[in-house]
Amino acid sequence: MFQVRIHGRGGQGVVTAAEILSVAAFSEGRHAQAFPSFGSERMGAPVVSFCRMDDRPIRTREPVMEADAIIVQDVTLIHQVDLFAGLLPEGYVLVNTSRSFDELGLGDLFGQFHRDHLVTCPASELALEQLGRPLPNAALLGAFAALTREITLDAIDTAVRDRFAGALGERNVAAATAAYRFVTLAEEQVRAATD
Amino acid sequence: MLRQIEGSRAVAETVAHCRPEVVCAYPISPQTHIIEAVGAMVKAGTLSPCEFVNVESEFAAMSVAIGASAAGARSYTATSSQGLLFMIEAVYNAAGLGLPIVMTLANRAIGAPINIWNDHSDAMAVRDSGWVQLFAETNQEAADLHVQAFRLAEELSVPVMVCMDGFILTHAFEGLDVPEQSDVDAFLPPYEPRQVLDPDDPVSIGAMVGPEAFEEVRYLAHLRQLDALARIPTLAAEFSEAFGRQSGGLVSPYRTEDAETIVVALGSVLGTIKDAVDVRRDAGDRVGVVGITSFRPFPRDAVREALSGARRIVVVEKAFSIGFGGVLSTDVAMATHDADCSLRTVVAGLGGRAITRRSLEELLAAASRDELDTLTFLDLDHGIIERERARMTATRRSGPSAENILRDLGTVASRIG
Repeated sequence: MFQVRIHGRGGQGVVTAAEILSVAAFSEGRHAQAFPSFGSERMGAPVVSFCRMDDRPIRTREPVMEADAIIVQDVTLIHQVDLFAGLLPEGYVLVNTSRSFDELGLGDLFGQFHRDHLVTCPASELALEQLGRPLPNAALLGAFAALTREITLDAIDTAVRDRFAGALGERNVAAATAAYRFVTLAEEQVRAATD
Repeated sequence: MLRQIEGSRAVAETVAHCRPEVVCAYPISPQTHIIEAVGAMVKAGTLSPCEFVNVESEFAAMSVAIGASAAGARSYTATSSQGLLFMIEAVYNAAGLGLPIVMTLANRAIGAPINIWNDHSDAMAVRDSGWVQLFAETNQEAADLHVQAFRLAEELSVPVMVCMDGFILTHAFEGLDVPEQSDVDAFLPPYEPRQVLDPDDPVSIGAMVGPEAFEEVRYLAHLRQLDALARIPTLAAEFSEAFGRQSGGLVSPYRTEDAETIVVALGSVLGTIKDAVDVRRDAGDRVGVVGITSFRPFPRDAVREALSGARRIVVVEKAFSIGFGGVLSTDVAMATHDADCSLRTVVAGLGGRAITRRSLEELLAAASRDELDTLTFLDLDHGIIERERARMTATRRSGPSAENILRDLGTVASRIG
């Protein structure tokens, strides 16, 4: 089982992101489960959503306590929520920001996790370019696909089109593709630097 | 066709396939998505003929359902928590009048303190109202139970409540098969009311009944529930035949063969418990779990049978009777009163507190070592309680407890589990 936890704020599409990821996994013939944990139902409040993917039926209903991957949609949560609690040693971190981990004060993560499992991606900026609005969902999922290889970009695209019809779907697919390329390039640079 | 969809959406589509003629509801989290989706189908004309009545309160929602049902229409509504309490007089009326309304209860805690998250306090508050109460373990079962609920309700003239855990199920996306229209049509015949308000053949419904017959009317309601006890397994079997999967029934045992310790629970937590049971089985503990699908009517015989081999029974409940303890536990104790086994109550998951597999594993291990108290509150933070008790001892004007505790804890809802 691969377990993902997504942190963001009410109104940013945190719940939708987990749902789309589950639809993507389902489209690849896997079992998937997505559900939210609302802090309180208002814009701006911390929200957590979860997505599990497995080749077997998923029975558990507990929140994702031990995560294989953590996606942070909103960096302002860093000092408010224990974002990386329970992240497994082999786990992945994807943060929506144009800054680096060091600039965010998260340089400690490098000592705890694999360097090429950690990536920042300016998903909101990429979304702004493609959608005209800073809605980072699709871009983050594209970045997630590139970082973890747990899901294909094709599956993400299928699920994004399933959620957003017509031109909006295509623009979100473009955002996902841009983020996928961004992370693929960043990962290549990390590997080149560590080789 | 298997689809990855939200539980609320699946229930809404299934309800639509049951062809309700009147739907009335007032929005309340976490029921809202169900009602929004049904409303959209009525507006789009995909659910037709059906009247969607926007009402001004939950009391009105159940009152409209009663009126519509008495006029011979298949009627549906949904609610949660305070919404259920606000309609409670009408909830009792629907049962007392023998009207086959189906209602989804998206289970949520009851305030104060206000809390939107899941537990079973709302369902327990109407335990004695005369409604059949069925609990879904998964979203597939939640959808399927609605098809069975309309059939059961209309066959027996008794209202049926399908209970599904708020957020945990209502807002969860998972793969499931929404019962197809043609299959539902074959399973669920048109509603043939036993009593109907018809201007051409006038009758009174809801007459005053004094001491001369009230007990008899109530006893008849009890008999209808006993009839339901016999019908529920039959309908589940027919459903399985028609739809090719198991849903519903009275109880659902898991790994209870040779089990010394058996957990009993309602609803979606059964999934996590099953995972914990597997872990403890691998560690050598002989443990199993029995889910109770039909809470009302309570299947005493089926529960006794399912628990017959156990030396220890552990009832895990998302509600409790303040000042006493378990609610479901009391029923299980009655069902097993002549069995040679211990019974422990574990209150868990109140107000959305996560019930984790790890906590359940520790609980099962403790149970197997006979170390559980009669009443346990899972993952209770004693530090919080001691601090507040100390404040109350230190000063008379200690203020509102809930707010004091929130100040102690800092940011609201910043924890993961």
